[in-house]
Amino acid sequence: MSNILITTAQDAVSQIPDGAVVMLGGFLGCGAPETLIDALVKKGSKNLTIISNDAAMPNVGVGKLLKNGQIKKLLVSHAGTNPDVKEKMNNDKEFECEFIPQGTLAERICAGGNGLGGILTKTGLGTLAAEGKQIIKVNGQDFLLEIPLKADFALICAYVADKMGNAIYRGTARNFNPLMASAAKQTIMSVKKIVEVGEIDPNDVITPGIFIDYLIQEAA
Amino acid sequence: MRDPKEIIAARAAKELKNVKVVNLGIGLPTMIADYLPKDTDIILQSENGILNMGASAKAGEEDPYIINAGAKCVTVKSGAVFLDSAASFSIIRGGHVDLTVLGALEVDSKGNLANWIIPGKLLPGMGGAMDLVTGAKKVIIAMLHTQKGEPKILEKCSLPLTAVGAVDLIITEMAVIEVVSEGLLLKEVHPNYSVEQVQAQTAAPLIVNRKIVSNYDF
Repeated sequence: MSNILITTAQDAVSQIPDGAVVMLGGFLGCGAPETLIDALVKKGSKNLTIISNDAAMPNVGVGKLLKNGQIKKLLVSHAGTNPDVKEKMNNDKEFECEFIPQGTLAERICAGGNGLGGILTKTGLGTLAAEGKQIIKVNGQDFLLEIPLKADFALICAYVADKMGNAIYRGTARNFNPLMASAAKQTIMSVKKIVEVGEIDPNDVITPGIFIDYLIQEAA
Repeated sequence: MRDPKEIIAARAAKELKNVKVVNLGIGLPTMIADYLPKDTDIILQSENGILNMGASAKAGEEDPYIINAGAKCVTVKSGAVFLDSAASFSIIRGGHVDLTVLGALEVDSKGNLANWIIPGKLLPGMGGAMDLVTGAKKVIIAMLHTQKGEPKILEKCSLPLTAVGAVDLIITEMAVIEVVSEGLLLKEVHPNYSVEQVQAQTAAPLIVNRKIVSNYDF
């Protein structure tokens, strides 16, 4: 039997302690688990390391956690849409923002969830993104070794899931969500709608429910 | 006088020939789509997870689940596909994007590109740019020729690089410049300018070895 727990956002995020490493799905807020982020803001866990595609906007997605002073380190590909990041970097010496090329970020998360030791990419060769990283030659060509990313918690968002957590997505709200589902010790997923097992065609399932620990129905 | 960005977008649109899959960067490059023929069969890729992206969504018809990489609501064409970020970047890194057009802070005579950070000042981050310029078969930079009067085309980039030797062609409101092994080859000059004026606004020597033409429309 599935041991997935269908519960409230409040309950699911209550176990996220200070200092946790948390992955957040979403692309500039599209497909971000806003219900879960709101609950995490309410809980107030501090010194979080957040792994997300971008810093979204000041009151959207990860931007809410940043505004509330809950993030110690941010790993993103882009922060140009959220001026709070620059302000925080100028005024808070403890705060750190690390930029990772978007495709590399995606594959490092996949590697974390897929049990791989790393991935080899040409992206970033000869740039700051290559600093301190090993270069490996394959068939005479240079590649950067990029190591896996894992998290304590992944907070993701899908469109519809059945009670086993098998989920489908809608439009561009898919983005990093299915990748992060398998890369964390605990995965909390919010959805617009929860349906009975069997209601989703197995051909359509993108994220299998075995990756999901907590399933949350978003507020209407 | 036309907006220089429109001049650039219209000229850049002419480079979208004999290509199938194209990724247009945020900002000026996105404007290029407005200058493509309505019946174009080019497949626009958006790195947040769309193949066959359509025009911007009309006011009142926006679907918040369908955005482009700049968070603007867009439409999708018949035959569109939604992808997760790993699949989207497999397409980009795997050489399945024929052409990408991006903006730049600096480009140099070796085809090096800087467009993701001005240390201490501007921290946009590279987003998908490093993957795009590394993986796309052809890279065009579409940008204003200068920034506040200062040249953006340099002998050597001063800002942190996005990629080494990745740029194939530079299109500005003044000129079209190809990156060749010997340096920067001046191919076209906009009728409003002379070769001397273009060179004066460019901080790298331009190779001028043939009759200069113009394919600018306006």
